[in-house]
Amino acid sequence: MTPEMLSLSNSPGIFIGVMLVKILVVFMVVMLSVAYATWWERKIIGHMQTRLGPMRTGWHGLLQPFADGIKLFFKEEIIPTQATIVPFLLAPAMILVPALITVAVIPFGPDLHIGNFLIPQQITDLNVGVLYILAFAGLGIYGIVLAGWASNSKYSLLGGVRASAQMISYELAAGLTIIAVFMLSETLSLREIVALQQEPLWGICSFVPNWYVFTQPLAFGLFIITGLAEINRTPFDMPEAESELVSGFCTEYSSMKYALFFLAEYANMIVISAITATLFLGGWSAPLNWGLFNMIPGFVWLLAKVYFLMFCFMWLRATFPRVRYDQLMRMGWKVLLPLALANVVVTGLVVVVLQ
Amino acid sequence: MLDSYLPILTLIIIAVGFSFGAAILSRLVGEKKPSTVKLAPYECGMPPVGSARERFSIKFYIIAMLFIVFDIEVVFMYPWAVMFKSLGLFGFIEMGVFILILLVGYAYVWKKGALEWE
Repeated sequence: MTPEMLSLSNSPGIFIGVMLVKILVVFMVVMLSVAYATWWERKIIGHMQTRLGPMRTGWHGLLQPFADGIKLFFKEEIIPTQATIVPFLLAPAMILVPALITVAVIPFGPDLHIGNFLIPQQITDLNVGVLYILAFAGLGIYGIVLAGWASNSKYSLLGGVRASAQMISYELAAGLTIIAVFMLSETLSLREIVALQQEPLWGICSFVPNWYVFTQPLAFGLFIITGLAEINRTPFDMPEAESELVSGFCTEYSSMKYALFFLAEYANMIVISAITATLFLGGWSAPLNWGLFNMIPGFVWLLAKVYFLMFCFMWLRATFPRVRYDQLMRMGWKVLLPLALANVVVTGLVVVVLQ
Repeated sequence: MLDSYLPILTLIIIAVGFSFGAAILSRLVGEKKPSTVKLAPYECGMPPVGSARERFSIKFYIIAMLFIVFDIEVVFMYPWAVMFKSLGLFGFIEMGVFILILLVGYAYVWKKGALEWE
């Protein structure tokens, strides 16, 4: 009997069970990665500034994320009297939820063959996977704007307004950048995009996989920059700019609601790293088509790529000063946007000529 | 259809549940000692002056307007990009015309100074 794809119609019970297991595993991995990303970032930046970073809680501060979490959990919750209550309470969830659910379309391994069923190692394989990611990335902006506006504090409002202008400007460039990838892949399903990247490089070199970073290096660079700007990481952390805006849009938040903003920031970092890894760095596939490398399970490669990209983001934070707001907007609209458009046209030209 | 979107619905429910659950639990166990000063908006320790919701620079509105126009044009390019190889030269030239029109608008916006942030 040939294996068939597990679906709701051929065995609903198993489908729902497998779905719940996959969701819980991915959710736990993301949450743990988020928790340890905070520790990891403090350690990296500490060592880069010849400090030690957290050392007191557990071995080399390994329990620091839990200590922070418990502390924030038991803190007093402050709702400013001038704030608009409903959006003020909704905003943290509106930032965190899109960040957490975007990982649903990231594939983390080849199809598992169990019994008579093929089980994709992905929460769900949407044929519009990339549009889904862009849509939810766009929703995250509402959370920041609402948080800034509802707090009714000057710093928050400035942070929120800055964030919205920055994020929509760079979302435009990011959306335009990855079009060049779909012109090559001809699909928006991330599972198929990863499969296409396992083919031999340029159809000839069978040892190296056909990652889109080799065919689209400019798009890769642009996507990293726009991604950093979209998740408000240094050097584009204008919305939070602690030296000018106190804490930007989350100035008035405290306790667990502040922690949710914090979680969202790191969850977004994981999501952007995972998307970059999937679109450009071959997702869960091994970097070389070599027996030993192919034996390592897919999720290990995906996590390795994600953590490597996150390390680079933290490295950037330790290296670069914050750019000025006018420089940021000028770069987004006058440099990245034309470059992304030119990349699309050049890709189109090359593909047409090769045909 | 349901196969693809049921997991997303479940994930949304879990994520929303986690966010609100954590916030509500923390509200229940957290300290509660409110005072007038503590609940005032933060302004570096000074008594807050006026409301925060005043007018801000027109440039932000312009950016928002430009975003809508350009983003819709970008979304138009997605179906084209997915079908690009089968459309061939014809599709490329057609999109070239579309991008040219977009570029005229872009040059106009640039020339008018809508992208300037002095």
